[in-house]
Amino acid sequence: MVKDQEFLEKKASYCLSLAKKLGATDSSVVVKNSVSETVNFRNSKLDESNRSDDLGISITTYIGKKKSSISSSNLLNDNLNILIEKCFETTKNTPEDEFNSLPDKDLLAKEVRDLDLYDDSHIPNDQKIDYLKKLEAAASNDKKIINTESSFTQNKSNFVLANSEGFCDGYKTSSFTASSVTVAKDEKSMERDYEYSSKCFLKDLDDAEKLGNLAANQTIRKLNPKKIGSEKIAIIFDKRIAKGILSTFANAIFSSAISRGTSFLKDKVNQKIFSDKINVFDKPDIPKGLGSRNFDSEGVKSDTLKLVDEGILKHYLIDTYNGKKLNLKSNGRCGGTSNLYFENGNTTFKDLLNSDSKSLYITETIGHGSNIVTGDYSVGATGFLVENGEFKYPINEITIAGNFKDMFQNITLANDLEFKYATNSPTMLIEGMVVAGK
Amino acid sequence: MSNFFEKSDLSRKEAESIISDTLQKCDDGELYLENSKSESILLDDNKIKNSNYNSDFGFGFRAISDEVVAYSHSNEISKNSLKQSSENLKSTLKSAKGTYNHEIPKSNKKYYDNINPIEQKSLNEKIKILKDVNDYLRSKSDKVKQVTANFLGEQKSVEIIRCGGETLSDVRPLIRFNVSVMLEKNGRKETGVYGVGGRQSYDSYLKDENWKSVCDEALRIASVNLESKPAPAGEMKVVLGPGWPAILIHEAVGHGLEGDFNRKKTSAFHNLMGQKVASEGVTIIDDGTIDNRRGSLTIDDEGTPTEKTVLIENGILKNFMQDRLNARLMKTRSTGSGRRENYRHIVLPRMRNTMMLSGKQTQEEMIKAVDKGIFAVSFGGGQVDITSGKFVFNCTEAYEIVDGKIGSPIKGATLIGDGPSILKEVSMVGNDMMMDPGIGTCGKAGQGVPVGVAQPSILIDKMTVGGTKL
Repeated sequence: MVKDQEFLEKKASYCLSLAKKLGATDSSVVVKNSVSETVNFRNSKLDESNRSDDLGISITTYIGKKKSSISSSNLLNDNLNILIEKCFETTKNTPEDEFNSLPDKDLLAKEVRDLDLYDDSHIPNDQKIDYLKKLEAAASNDKKIINTESSFTQNKSNFVLANSEGFCDGYKTSSFTASSVTVAKDEKSMERDYEYSSKCFLKDLDDAEKLGNLAANQTIRKLNPKKIGSEKIAIIFDKRIAKGILSTFANAIFSSAISRGTSFLKDKVNQKIFSDKINVFDKPDIPKGLGSRNFDSEGVKSDTLKLVDEGILKHYLIDTYNGKKLNLKSNGRCGGTSNLYFENGNTTFKDLLNSDSKSLYITETIGHGSNIVTGDYSVGATGFLVENGEFKYPINEITIAGNFKDMFQNITLANDLEFKYATNSPTMLIEGMVVAGK
Repeated sequence: MSNFFEKSDLSRKEAESIISDTLQKCDDGELYLENSKSESILLDDNKIKNSNYNSDFGFGFRAISDEVVAYSHSNEISKNSLKQSSENLKSTLKSAKGTYNHEIPKSNKKYYDNINPIEQKSLNEKIKILKDVNDYLRSKSDKVKQVTANFLGEQKSVEIIRCGGETLSDVRPLIRFNVSVMLEKNGRKETGVYGVGGRQSYDSYLKDENWKSVCDEALRIASVNLESKPAPAGEMKVVLGPGWPAILIHEAVGHGLEGDFNRKKTSAFHNLMGQKVASEGVTIIDDGTIDNRRGSLTIDDEGTPTEKTVLIENGILKNFMQDRLNARLMKTRSTGSGRRENYRHIVLPRMRNTMMLSGKQTQEEMIKAVDKGIFAVSFGGGQVDITSGKFVFNCTEAYEIVDGKIGSPIKGATLIGDGPSILKEVSMVGNDMMMDPGIGTCGKAGQGVPVGVAQPSILIDKMTVGGTKL
């Protein structure tokens, strides 16, 4: 069982009062507990069971404008005494930074709404096994599938965030995640692909058979790929890749990258950075949302932000420290975005495939090829050649490259947005990218 | 050494009896205890941004029956918590009927000293070096617009208790020092990054103002990139410089030679044992026994002493890297490659220091042999799809080669290739093997572990360069 609120609050207030007693002018603390149970199957047999029980505490102490922090997985008071003393001593010896401070009191979240993020139901391992048996049966139905690995995880977490301004809040969250990775083989090639479903509530999880079928079909269709020539071509990004491009955009508008001057989107607020029809939202209060939250990791209330309005950048993502540096107020984005998404476009998926006589549909990218300083993008890719709206054949061992500044101006979105992850995008078309192949 | 039972209601003897009771009908397994202390001090944007200290403490209890692994971990080393873990393992492995394998090789060799690097240098000294780094770099050029420098230090104590009470332990120091610098010229911004590290004290790397050479290298890379032009796109010849570019070897063939993927037959290499997988003259080893290297280990995370494993010898595939589980199922022995990020994770076969050994040619000969291609000197990171064998890595310093001569620097581009065939495209192996500076972290199944790489300069006859210039 995950630790209750009372236990976590008690630890938090113990730390705050100890820090105060030592002479800290301010302090903040996060106490977390997370309990996960995972069962893995391989080739329709039990492969692994894994139970984890993770405790964690992190404490930041301030002496005026000096700051340092410690973290530990050992919550015994003996250990906390030693660590907080160490933290306080380190703070004393750390140089001042004028922008260090707790969040402004008036920005802290006042009420914590129930966003329906916790499902009390417990799925015992035997039932996880039943689900995985069905999933693996569907995934291994086709003879071309030579290996299947599937997994079911139940996670229950609880946390409390408290600071010396009097903020003290937290709540339980749950997640149920099933995934399947399959390997298919023919005479000439071997390929791997996957499917995945993760929900706050057990009853919302995808059907096991559906998941298994998708994992198998997505792998089999990749068999016997070809390499194509180098050319300039329109790229269509599958939703699971398109969301990564949205994440890169978010990284580039984080106030840390802006205040350090290391983002290609610095000074671009109120400028047009996307094509006209593009709108981007970050909405923290979606019930059962995978990125939903009441406040950010400093306790600042997170409201919905329309980050991009008809192609125009409207906000950076701001935390307290970088906000003070940029002379802006925190908008509750310390620790990242919440439910971030591109609003639907007005083209169907089918019409998007038909936009160009020839395009590439990308289902997977590899490599860390996004540079937010310059906006340069270059990654390895696999996918399919699309001609006149039809998938012709699989392709691999190519790279796709461009610069986000140009790519963002050339985005067309389909109308098929789903909330499958915390960050989501409809299928995305970008004209004029360069493919390197043969 | 940590006394894991000191403040617990659980005595070592009681723990041993729970372990033996849980594992007696299993084929293998152990209780893995870990106590790690780590620090991170970061200078960024002219300020000390972060000084963090972390103390992490916990156990992972593992039982294996045939192919099935049951694992349970917790931060509370107590009677209750170990008993609960034991119940979890037993309920998964209800029908276990194995015979515990008590055999584990022994060695007295140690590859690093029992030190705590964090305590060996005071906070004030570390802060002073970071400030000096900032001042030094900013004084070198007015193009310097951003400097980030950080120290990471760690001491990890591990203890492995096996069925019957056999205990193995290790204390592992690790440090890393990293500098990143951003330059701006006419509105264009480029970054250069360099770092050093390994299993020794900070001073082994930084004494006598050695940190200046780290700064100079980061600055040099950034300056080169400031003049870079768009990279070409398409297939061409590629010369790789010595040292860190060996992450090509790590991605292209290393992962594909890990035991688990080959037991499961999901690696592109699984049916190539004894066959020619590389050009003649290509020899690749994975070595955990080099003193003080980032990827070295006295014992792996199952207690097996590490070794120097020959993977490919003169082009022929000789061995996979094995942990105990995969070795048993493939009827071979562990190569001391069983590793985990920490007590929260199960053991997987992993690389240590992966190295291609020197050949006879010079780098000059390689450059001369290329009409049109690129010379790649430094990389950011890489990734591989072990099933299709396709791998990538991202250049952070590269030049075009035209008519046998090094030309202009080119922008960071991704290179992509096919693991099982790339080593057959190696047409020259240099005489200049070099270790990387000690900065690599390898990710697999969500677990990051420190690794090293090494290689001489090599010429690859055909690789796809992912630039934008057609």
